[in-house]
Amino acid sequence: MSKDIEHLIRLAAVMAAAVVAFVILRAAVVPRSFGQYGHYRGAAIAEIAARPIAFAGRDTCEACHTDVVDQKKLGKHQVVSCEACHGALAGHAGDPASVQPAKLDTAVLCARCHEANSAKPKDFPQVATAEHSAGVACATCHQPHRPKIETEGKR
Amino acid sequence: MDITRRRLLVLLPAAAVAWKYVHAGTPELSPNYTLTDHWWGMLIDIPKCIGCGSCVRACAQENDVPEGYYRTWVERYHVPDWHIEKPEVQSPDGGKQGFPLNQDSGGKNFFVPKLCNHCADSPCTQVCPVGATFVTPDGVVLVDKTYCLGCRYCVQACPYGCRFINPKTKTADKCSLCYHRITKGLTTACCEVCPTGARQLADLKNPKDPIHEFLRTHTVQVLKPHMATGAKVFYNGMDGSVR
Repeated sequence: MSKDIEHLIRLAAVMAAAVVAFVILRAAVVPRSFGQYGHYRGAAIAEIAARPIAFAGRDTCEACHTDVVDQKKLGKHQVVSCEACHGALAGHAGDPASVQPAKLDTAVLCARCHEANSAKPKDFPQVATAEHSAGVACATCHQPHRPKIETEGKR
Repeated sequence: MDITRRRLLVLLPAAAVAWKYVHAGTPELSPNYTLTDHWWGMLIDIPKCIGCGSCVRACAQENDVPEGYYRTWVERYHVPDWHIEKPEVQSPDGGKQGFPLNQDSGGKNFFVPKLCNHCADSPCTQVCPVGATFVTPDGVVLVDKTYCLGCRYCVQACPYGCRFINPKTKTADKCSLCYHRITKGLTTACCEVCPTGARQLADLKNPKDPIHEFLRTHTVQVLKPHMATGAKVFYNGMDGSVR
């Protein structure tokens, strides 16, 4: 009788070894945080959140450049965030001396917002730049932080 | 000591377990940010959008989006008279450089910024075979690019066309709602630079967020509501022709 079950014991031993191997492999391969919040790697949330920022944010700019804030307050561009025109400047905020913002070409920059387009809101100031200035940079006449041309300063 | 076949077999699982600890030291969320205190979405005010493309440029800068791919983009709709089922939609370079001069005032014309809708019941996360994309406890749909295989199921599943395969990483890529910014108390790059306030980040779990008052007093719609995706990008003043 006992002789007849030896092959079954061997089979059971092989299966037990397979199960142990599976458990060990699974523990090694599946990341520890998998399933922390759901069917994904929980640590990924903090990893994605740890990415460095490129845009410093308006409050950061205004902490130093108070003179520009005062200028902007007098005109319609007060609602426009600094980095909307000047580009991503978290590097400059972190190290103002060595990272300098690039000089802007107002002939291109201003047109992105103010080039006439029938899809734009009717009350938004728009011009056909080719007729309006014929390629002359907008900053020649307009002061970008306070764009409305005052009568006494008009050329 | 010679490495025999027997010794190697013993050492391999041990080495695999050790490797995991070599890779440990994962970053942690900022201490004053609690995942369950937020439920993120966005408000897009179509009548305010001027199609300047600042959002598209800012997104590319903030998130290293490759040239020719867009995590957000702006579409120009032209609806000729009553043909609201056949709008003409343009989005040159995703609207990145703004839109060219167009003074043709026939029909109805307007801009629609698009991005991931951060659906609460997102079709894209449901199809991922490996759990590489997911909705976070604060309601943002993210991609774990270290886990993604690049199988493209999610790209096909998104009804809004918001996903692509990043040619550099060969993994799925999409708007992360600037998760690295909003968890630090900043707004998204696109909302930061929007000159007219047409885009606003919204925390639906924050009772003080102005989104609640806005939703109560305006006619607001989500994209493809019939798909029941639980989209959390709310569009104010959206025309019926928008797809």
